[in-house]
Formats: sequence, C-alpha cells, structure tokens
Amino acid sequence: MSKTFKTDLKWSDVTPKADFLNRRQLMAGVGAAGLIASTPALGKIATVKSRYSTSEKPNSFEDITKYNNFYEFGTGKDDPAKYAGALTTDPWSIKIDGMVDRPGTYDLADITKGVTMEERIYRFRCVEAWAMVIPWVGFELSTLLKRVGVKSGAKYVAFETLERPSEMIGQKRRTIPWPYREGLRLDEAMNPLTILATGLYGDTLPNQNGAPIRLVVPWKYGFKSIKSIVRISLTSKQPESSWNMLQPSEYGFYSNVNPNVDHPRWSQASERKIGGLIAKRQPTLMFNGYEKEVAGLYKGMDLAKFY
Amino acid sequence: MTSLVQSLNSATRKIPAWILYVLGMVPVAALTLQLFNGQLGIDPVKTLEHELGEIALQLLIAGLAITPLRNAFGLNLIKFRRAIGLLAFAYVVMHLGVWLFLDMQLLMQQILKDLVKRWYITIGMFGLLLMIPLALTSNNLSLRKLGAANWRKLHKLTYGAVLAGAIHYVILVKGWQLEPLIYLAIVVLLLAMRIPPLKRVRLV
Repeated sequence: MSKTFKTDLKWSDVTPKADFLNRRQLMAGVGAAGLIASTPALGKIATVKSRYSTSEKPNSFEDITKYNNFYEFGTGKDDPAKYAGALTTDPWSIKIDGMVDRPGTYDLADITKGVTMEERIYRFRCVEAWAMVIPWVGFELSTLLKRVGVKSGAKYVAFETLERPSEMIGQKRRTIPWPYREGLRLDEAMNPLTILATGLYGDTLPNQNGAPIRLVVPWKYGFKSIKSIVRISLTSKQPESSWNMLQPSEYGFYSNVNPNVDHPRWSQASERKIGGLIAKRQPTLMFNGYEKEVAGLYKGMDLAKFY
Repeated sequence: MTSLVQSLNSATRKIPAWILYVLGMVPVAALTLQLFNGQLGIDPVKTLEHELGEIALQLLIAGLAITPLRNAFGLNLIKFRRAIGLLAFAYVVMHLGVWLFLDMQLLMQQILKDLVKRWYITIGMFGLLLMIPLALTSNNLSLRKLGAANWRKLHKLTYGAVLAGAIHYVILVKGWQLEPLIYLAIVVLLLAMRIPPLKRVRLV
C-alpha cells in the first residue's frame, strides 16, 4: 500500500505491562475507598494511557450514556438509552471486503485479540453544536487495516452499521437511509487519532454508544463516528454516507469540525458543552482542537467547498 | 353524537374562561420545578426550549380548531379562544426567551446571523411577529375600536402564525421525523376546513 502511516512512537514508549497492572491495582484501591465512586466500573478492560488524550475533564458516565444520537433506536436523545438494550451484540462479526489482501468475516474476538487497548479521552463535537469530553477505550483503526492488508489503489474506507429492525426499532421508519453508512479517506482512516472504540470509562461500550465496536474520529462531527459496525470495505471511489445521501447540502463527505464553515441549520462558531444545569457556550475550535494532528491532511483544500 | 355535543356545550358553558389561564400556567410551573430537581434530562435547556415550543404549537392548533369544530360538529368553544391564543403567545415568548438567554447566552452577533441565515429561525421569528398584533388586540376594547369585521380580518394572521410554527418544527429537526409532520398535517387540515366548499361540510 502507498500511504503507510508512520508513527514517531517507539515500543519503548509503551507503558510496560507490569507498570499499568500496578497502576490498575492502585486505582482499584482508590475505588474501594469510595473516592471515585462516581466513576462506574473503573478498569474492567486493561488499557494504557495515550498521548492523544485531552487533559479536559470527561463528562459524567450519565451524560455520555443518556444523551445520544443513534437514530437506529429513535430520534430522541433519550431513545437510545431506552431501547438499545434490545440489541444483541454477542455474537458479532465484521465483514471486511473490497481492496484488501485478506478479506473475510472476522469475529469481534479475533479483531481485538492481541490488540493493546488504549484509553483515549477525546473531545466530541456534534454537528448540532453541542460537545462533550469522552474517555473511550479502543485501538487505532490503522492496526486493523494493516492486519488485513490494504491493496494499492484503495483510497477510501467505507463503513456500515448493523441493519436489524427487529432489535433496532428506529429502523422501522426510514428516517435516514438504512443501513447507516459512513466513509473516510484512507489517510484519514490511517491517522493515529482515528480509533475503533470498544469501551467507555474503562468498561465495555454500552449499546446506546455503539456497542460492541464503533468508529471515533474526533476532529469530525459526531455523525461520522459510525456505531455498531458490521462491515468495513476498502474502495477506490468515495463511498456514500447516509446523511450525505439524505441532505447533501448539509452534510458533506468530510464534515470536519470547522467554526468558520456554517452548517445551513446551525452556526458552527460556538458549541454548548453538555453538563450541569445550563450547558455553557464555548467557542468551537478548528478541527475540534486537533488541528496540529490533522490539518496536514487537508493542505491546499478549500474547506468551504469540501465541507 | 348530537346529544354528546349538546351535553359538551352545556357543560363548557358553566366553565369560566379564566380557568384556562390558570391551567395554562401549570406546565410552566411543572417545568420550572423539574428544571431545579434535575428532571429535565442531560440537557435541561434544550428540553425546556423544546417543551415550551411544542406547547405553544399545541395551543396554536387548539385555537385554530375552534371554528372547524363549530362548523363541522356544532361544538361551541369560542369563549375559550382568546385565552388559548394569549397562552400560545406567552409560550412562544418564553420559548424565544430560553433560546436567547439560556441557549444562545446572548451571543448577539451569532443570534443576528442565525436570524437571517437559518430558515427555521427566520420562519419561527416571522410567526412570532405575526402574533404580536394579535396578542395586543385580544381584548374587548380593541375589538370595539377596530369593529368586528376589521378585527376578524386582522386575526386571520393566526393562519400564517400557526403555519409558520409548524413549518419551523418540521425543518428544524434532522431528517423526516414523524411528530413534526403530524403537527403540520393537522394544521393543513384545519386550514383546509376553512375553504368555502369544505367549510359547509357538517359531520353531525
């Protein structure tokens, strides 16, 4: 493949297992003392910290799990928390096809086997102009793509969410074209910030947040971070995405967080940080604060045109 | 059916219209209480904003339904219409207030831009402006000064206001959601029932 992501991280940068196990013991001790009782089920998944995590304070577990846009379970913000329990997430497999060396249907356990899970505390920005800070657990998408082998000529990665109206009641109406589809350019997919998340707050991902495995692309509006993934395809053509199919003038393929390019419905200049009685408005940052890491991907592009 | 309408008419005759103002403020009290008890969900401001807007739309529709109900069913609720209309206006104003103060937090530059750039905000604000002369003339003195014919003509602005409210809701949500479309369908039906041939249809 032509565009391999090169990291400046070395194996020596990875926290030795003994160290992080110690750290977890320490945390468990603190937890037992009841000092962090508000953090649910801390550390059920072994994770290492990441240099990509923000130092901002994450939203509460309740904020993150009771305020979701997951139209497969209804359009209300509280619908996913109410109805996503019906979803069967085990067994789960992902079909990986298209321009890959080793296509196939992979069991989720095979995909995550031997993968070092990281805690990635990311800023999250919804296109509806609200924002949170979320402590994901996951691994870089590039890890998976490298394992299945990306063929030269592949330029895009397409994703699909499960379509199962019997368990996803929102799919009984065609609010948006099902199955939910999203896509990334290959270099975006290979960026170290792009992860596949399988957990939240150190525990398995709640269904309403996209269990058992979802994409997280923190510099793009939230709808790009597709949930409950069942298919990943490598293609040479720009893939379709559900929101773009529905209203192309509102939802571009790139959908990078950009305070200078307004969505027709919402000014993107500011955002409401969820939490507390009155969500405080704060200025929106270019690429949601990840400018340093991703601005290079769009060098020379007119971001008002490629929104 | 006729006897049902008759008993409804005689029952409502005994209810004074002022009771509606009292009942109409119950949701405001309930929402305020819920707000401070943390019962409005993760994003209380949005819940408040949406609830107030939805109640306003429901009241506008209720006001719009009075005449067709009389024409088609012989149900006479006209004495409640002023209260319903004024309550609708109060809810629209509160809805705007929540948006300005709690949602936008008085970021004037962004507010002014939104007013001209976001169609649903433009249409919503247009609906509110139409309601101002209606609210100001919803009293006996104005009715006398304007004369019944002029007053009725002026109050046809209601049609525009209700339609603006319903369209505001349809286009502000993402995708084609069911609830706002149902509201719009009801509004269109109630307006259609005022067109001369349909106006004369008696269902009872």
